[in-house]
Amino acid sequence: MSKTGSMSKISRRTALAGLSASAALLAMPRLGRAADETIRIGFPTPLTGPFAAEARDQVKCAELAVKLVNDKGGIGGRKVELLVRDDKLNAGEAATRTLELIEKDKVHAVVGALSSAVQLAVNEVTRARGVIYVSISQSDTINEAKDFSKYTFHEALNPHMTTAAVARQTLKKGMKVAHLVADYAYGHEMLRGFKRAQAAIGADNVGEILHPFGAADYSTFMPRLMSMRPDVLCISNFGRDQANAIKQAVDFGVKQQMKIVVPVILHNQRLAVGPDVFEGVVGGANYYWGLEAQSKSAAAFNAAFKAANGGAIPTDYGAYGYSGVGSLLAAMQTAGGTDIDKVVDALEKLQYDLTKGPQHYRKCDHQSVQSVLVLESKKKSAMGGENDLFAILANDTGSDDMLRSCSELGHAT
Amino acid sequence: MTSPPSGEVIAEPAPSGLSRILDHRVLLSIVVLALLPWLLPSKALAVNVLIYGVVVMGYNLLFGYTGLLSFGQAAFFGAGAYFTGIAIGRYGVPWFAAVPIAVFLSTCLAAAIGIVSTRTRGIYFSMVTLALAQLVYYVALQAASFTGGENGLRGFTVDRISLFGLHVNFLDPVNKYYVLMAFAGLAMWFQSRILNSPFGAVIEAIRENEQRARACGYDVERSKLVVFMLSGAISSLGGCMLALHLSIVPLDILHYQTSGMIVMMVLLGGARSFFGPFVGAASFLILEDVISLWTPHWQIFVGAIFVLFVLFLPKGIWGTMLDALGVGKARP
Amino acid sequence: MDLSLIIMQLLSGIALGAVLVITALGLTIVFGMLGVVNFAHGALFMIGAYAGLYLASLTGSFWWGLLLAPILIGAFGMLIEFVLIRRLYGRSIDDPLLLTFGLSYILVEGVRIVFGSDGIPFPTPPQLIGVLDLGIGFFPRYRLFVIALVAVVLLALWLTLEKTRIGLIVRAGARDPTIMQVLGVDIGRVWLAIFGLGVGLAALGGVLAGPMRSVNPEMGSLVLAEAFVVTVIGGLGSIVGAVVAGLMVGISISLVALFAPEMATIVMFALMAVVLLIRPQGLFGVRGRTA
Repeated sequence: MSKTGSMSKISRRTALAGLSASAALLAMPRLGRAADETIRIGFPTPLTGPFAAEARDQVKCAELAVKLVNDKGGIGGRKVELLVRDDKLNAGEAATRTLELIEKDKVHAVVGALSSAVQLAVNEVTRARGVIYVSISQSDTINEAKDFSKYTFHEALNPHMTTAAVARQTLKKGMKVAHLVADYAYGHEMLRGFKRAQAAIGADNVGEILHPFGAADYSTFMPRLMSMRPDVLCISNFGRDQANAIKQAVDFGVKQQMKIVVPVILHNQRLAVGPDVFEGVVGGANYYWGLEAQSKSAAAFNAAFKAANGGAIPTDYGAYGYSGVGSLLAAMQTAGGTDIDKVVDALEKLQYDLTKGPQHYRKCDHQSVQSVLVLESKKKSAMGGENDLFAILANDTGSDDMLRSCSELGHAT
Repeated sequence: MTSPPSGEVIAEPAPSGLSRILDHRVLLSIVVLALLPWLLPSKALAVNVLIYGVVVMGYNLLFGYTGLLSFGQAAFFGAGAYFTGIAIGRYGVPWFAAVPIAVFLSTCLAAAIGIVSTRTRGIYFSMVTLALAQLVYYVALQAASFTGGENGLRGFTVDRISLFGLHVNFLDPVNKYYVLMAFAGLAMWFQSRILNSPFGAVIEAIRENEQRARACGYDVERSKLVVFMLSGAISSLGGCMLALHLSIVPLDILHYQTSGMIVMMVLLGGARSFFGPFVGAASFLILEDVISLWTPHWQIFVGAIFVLFVLFLPKGIWGTMLDALGVGKARP
Repeated sequence: MDLSLIIMQLLSGIALGAVLVITALGLTIVFGMLGVVNFAHGALFMIGAYAGLYLASLTGSFWWGLLLAPILIGAFGMLIEFVLIRRLYGRSIDDPLLLTFGLSYILVEGVRIVFGSDGIPFPTPPQLIGVLDLGIGFFPRYRLFVIALVAVVLLALWLTLEKTRIGLIVRAGARDPTIMQVLGVDIGRVWLAIFGLGVGLAALGGVLAGPMRSVNPEMGSLVLAEAFVVTVIGGLGSIVGAVVAGLMVGISISLVALFAPEMATIVMFALMAVVLLIRPQGLFGVRGRTA
């Protein structure tokens, strides 16, 4: 609390009057959702835990999206406020935070979630109470009829899209393909996507090994994998599991015999493991800053992020924070406010291009149809700078046939 | 503080007026809990205090009163939640039948785990309960078609509670709190009855000196198994409450870190006291909430506070307060 | 399913078991001789990995990291014993377990604050990169080294405990601390040394595991559960038990991985349940040492 010269001129009486007036204002009960109130968006994210860095990226980008809207005058004259909460990557915690956001903070919508379990937990709470939720977690389950509701939107990629794109780039007819899969829902989703794509291409499945989720040691799976003699090894797991699996596969000399591909190649995992281990690994992604050479939207997004964050580049997870919040705010802009039905309608009709090209939400399952990047990790000597991690092999334009059909997901068409 | 030789456990002088008032511990606890939603910053937090209070109260029966340090209470907490969710979501059982069924099945689980673990003593017991509870976690992870696996259990949202023609909108946070408080009241009454009974005296005798209790003719092994089951039953009721509250059951509920949290809560509040578990649950949850607002590194503070309590305040907040007020030990 | 695959799998299991043994050994020694269950053992394993990595990058050589990290972290362990655990002797046997449980929270979060939450790469030492052609298959050089080193450490430990005067004092102190004090031995120093040894072994396990897995603040929690299972199967306090159980668990996990890999983790818990039903004190444990 700094003392300015002008403070000494204010008389005690005036200060007391001012204080009591503000106290009275604060004591007044909230008059429901008044038209000139700020628009509050809840943002649960795992600020504690193994994805803390990704979470922080998401918050920075989400705040950027909010700032850009507020700088242009807000939505219908109302400012937007982002309420960030730590869900600790825990579904129970996320549900509690979401309840608080809805009941205590009276948010108008919720965006966020990183893990599949967390997004489903948030969704369960929001859909029962008629609150719009835009999920940015990369999992299939929320598209299915069982978890769906008209208030549920899914802005991120899903395993079906990423595995198909990666398979298209790396598999050829007649190739032998082996799979190492994490034995949980997300792992199975990725395996299903790969198998479907490989069958369409005409490649042969020579074997699948399931490993326990969260395993630290993969050495016991390596001899069997190598004995299958595949041309390509598809590793369907995520985060630390992926980093460990790739590292240990490389230790066992797997790369000499076969190509390693993953459904999603993560910016921060690549940094955590280093260029030598990841060299040559191919995977899918929703965003990579290097796209700016090909895409105006990416260049604009990078520039805005750099300006707000001291020259830093946005990561893949960060981009989700930006497009999740950005698309919601764009819809609210069209709807002229926070009326739930109007915003849902606006989201369904929205065409947006925030980071990499045109995107829109499909009507039956509210999945964002978007392009999928396929990246290859560069070897150390080929890196132009410390951020030059990947080469962009493809940026497949978004289309409905990248997704599973509405009827397959259980929706009435 | 070392405990006095046994023999003081059953008969006790009732000295002050304060002590007499505190004898009506169930009623008093309910009164305090009824005011809770208005004292805490959010209703969801208040419901969590109720839920964890009940879970920790069940655990207190095992640890505080019988002296068995189990690190696997999460198994029963989770079992109660999962069975409730599965009954309502998968089999369409109405909530008032789902809860008793869930508690019954969880008690069976407690019997199974109890039979194996009560064969061991001391530190082995702690480690075995941890490992067996972790086994339950892995089984739940694998049985994904029942439990939802990694994604947790969904699809059993209860939005209306109907009983005897009375309909209550369960989504309303205040209504939800008082319905769940009724459950908590039931659990507290049950626990109080156990503690006041001859069995309650036996388990305290076991804590004080197992050899002597055996020499006095009590079937120590059977008593341990029974208290293990009762403790599991009460904690599982907490799980049922959680399922109804969140409309999801997260897989993490079964992880040993949840068991660890339960242990922290009982120590923070005061083991071997009746209301201590609620004090512990409230302190832990509020602490975590408040510290999370300043820093994502709340775990270091929670860990440090816990270490300080183990070193200097082993009776916990409520226990130390009761001592300071001069109230007889191990009562409210 | 040919023989060479099974042999390779066995070798994998032994390598896995070697790390389990070293980690469980630290836990069981501290319990056997001090009656303390160190719940922070997993966190100290993790800190050992970070220390090894840090020292290796500081000195430019993995080998210095391997040598110095266990010594440094062992000394840190002695500090913990002196400042915190010593206050609890004479109190309930559960108190050190509870205290070290809280301590683990502090240690893990402390590492997050200093090193961040992301994983850090631990490069395999250049001398040990690559695979050895065993005729029946390829096996990573580094894992063969781990097996060899653990065997050497076990031998050194056994020799020290059985054949030297210090070892005699330690074993006697474990059996009857009062007599030792009467005989003029400073039992406090013995406790310090043992606790330091136990923690040092955990740290050694961490440094060895570093190049095999990713180094991150959570790497200790799975290891803790594994170490508990191995010590319970082997018998708390028994060194032979830790070795036998560690190898048994490693090989079981490895062989199960051939037929039902998703069950690999459950197997060790199932094994523990079976052993407990038949012999509640563990394979080599001593009855009555626990209450």
